[in-house]
Amino acid sequence: MRGLQWFNALSAGATPVEGLPDSLKVADGVLGEQAVRFIAVVTDPQNRFPRARNGEVGLLEGWGLAKAVDEAIARGDKRPIIAIVDVPSQAYGRREEALGIHQALAAAADSYARARLAGHPVIALLVGKAMSGAFLAHGYQANRLIALRDPGVMVHAMGKASAARVTLRSVEELEALAASVPPMAYDIESYASLGLLWETLSVSQIEQPTPDDVARVSDCLLNAIKDVDGRDLSSRLGATNRAASSHVRELLREQW
Amino acid sequence: MTDLLNKHSFVELGARQRAKALLDAGSFRELIDPFQRVMSPWLSRQGVVPQADDGVVIAKGSIDGLPVVIAAIEGNFQGGSLGEVGGAKIAGALELAAEDNRKGLPTRAVLLLETGGVRLQEANLGLAAIADIHAAIVDLRQYQPVIGVVAGSVGCFGGMSIAAGLCSYLVVTREARLGLNGPQVIEQEAGLEEYDSRDRPFIWSLTGGEQRFNSGLADRYVADDVAQVQQTVTALLQQGVPTQQRSRQAEFYLARLAELDATPQIDPATVRALYQGERS
Repeated sequence: MRGLQWFNALSAGATPVEGLPDSLKVADGVLGEQAVRFIAVVTDPQNRFPRARNGEVGLLEGWGLAKAVDEAIARGDKRPIIAIVDVPSQAYGRREEALGIHQALAAAADSYARARLAGHPVIALLVGKAMSGAFLAHGYQANRLIALRDPGVMVHAMGKASAARVTLRSVEELEALAASVPPMAYDIESYASLGLLWETLSVSQIEQPTPDDVARVSDCLLNAIKDVDGRDLSSRLGATNRAASSHVRELLREQW
Repeated sequence: MTDLLNKHSFVELGARQRAKALLDAGSFRELIDPFQRVMSPWLSRQGVVPQADDGVVIAKGSIDGLPVVIAAIEGNFQGGSLGEVGGAKIAGALELAAEDNRKGLPTRAVLLLETGGVRLQEANLGLAAIADIHAAIVDLRQYQPVIGVVAGSVGCFGGMSIAAGLCSYLVVTREARLGLNGPQVIEQEAGLEEYDSRDRPFIWSLTGGEQRFNSGLADRYVADDVAQVQQTVTALLQQGVPTQQRSRQAEFYLARLAELDATPQIDPATVRALYQGERS
């Protein structure tokens, strides 16, 4: 519900964008004086696809996000796009695999990336979970990533139970390992050490933001928009815990 | 030599041999080769022996005389999973190819995808690298085709299946599987009734190369034959960028999904019928 709460708080008075799946909240509004488009994926208990009723990014969500972002690009005003991220996972199901959920998520990533390349500042605000394929489709193509500092805000490639099964470990072993290997950890502080976040921010009531919380986050979003100075993702490189990513690129350039 | 290669299985080749087989004879040049020993900084502390190339081969060369970079994933190392180093090799190579094009040099890219997706031992750095790969494909694709090949036998899953969905063209064989979530994970998350990871015929019927091609989610279906794969990739490179990118057809797919009765469980024939009607 955090995603919906933050969407409602930030987009108060904004114009809803119609014609999209019910699991998407999209609105054109303002931050300060700046016109922006807000996008969130939310729970939809009536979702036609039963595996996508709890805020997962599934078939309709992937293609729908693509449509929402494409429409923003088509307006031609290069308005910033704010992706409010609270996505527990991609949808895991037979219908999803059969109908090509990978292609639906590709469409969403494609649109966000093209918006960025077209000069839209794209900012992702992490208020809850940002998991795996769901995050790749909704948020990870942003110019700037901002996370609220809270135990419920986490980025990861796979839920703990599945990660344990795939790596042939117990959940306890996985947790012990995660504590000593920063990219394995589930908490936002460890994630911040990888250099991928532009800013982390504390608020007083993350579940039900106060007017002061909303004002501080809005300011932070505006600063992020102003800070966008390029159209690629290179600003995420440079952290010690991600040194190999830079080293490999330097070697490739030398040997190219 | 050509005759010998003609009788060769592509699937049985390792990543390096695959890259060599696709490039013009004698043009193969590997970047950050295994002798430079740029390895994962994260695996040994978890008791996993790292590999000198981290399971990714980056090769420059030419196809049909024109410049190309190939990124080939070695499915035999850690299930073709992408960690920080292997992921950065692919992303960095694609970024430099895009840069070439901005300078007027028409470098194209071919991705040989045998991968389970993110390497869980490097979780968030693998995920971040895959986001970089997505970004780089979308950038390069503006100038030149980016061709994905899923030959098998690992298949292409996780965040890299999204990368496959971003490619200008996708080539599959009968040995290929393509899907977002691995069967084990779906079974873990959704239960045996939803997805039985041990029922191989069921999984192949939904996610195998033939089904993906027949439902319009892949562009070419080729035999497991080096010459056929090579000729198909060459022909697609000659076609240049496609007029309609699959990942840009939200209206088409949303309309098709709106027509589907999603209440009953789905079967492969329903998917083919739904997606293979006349395209807008």
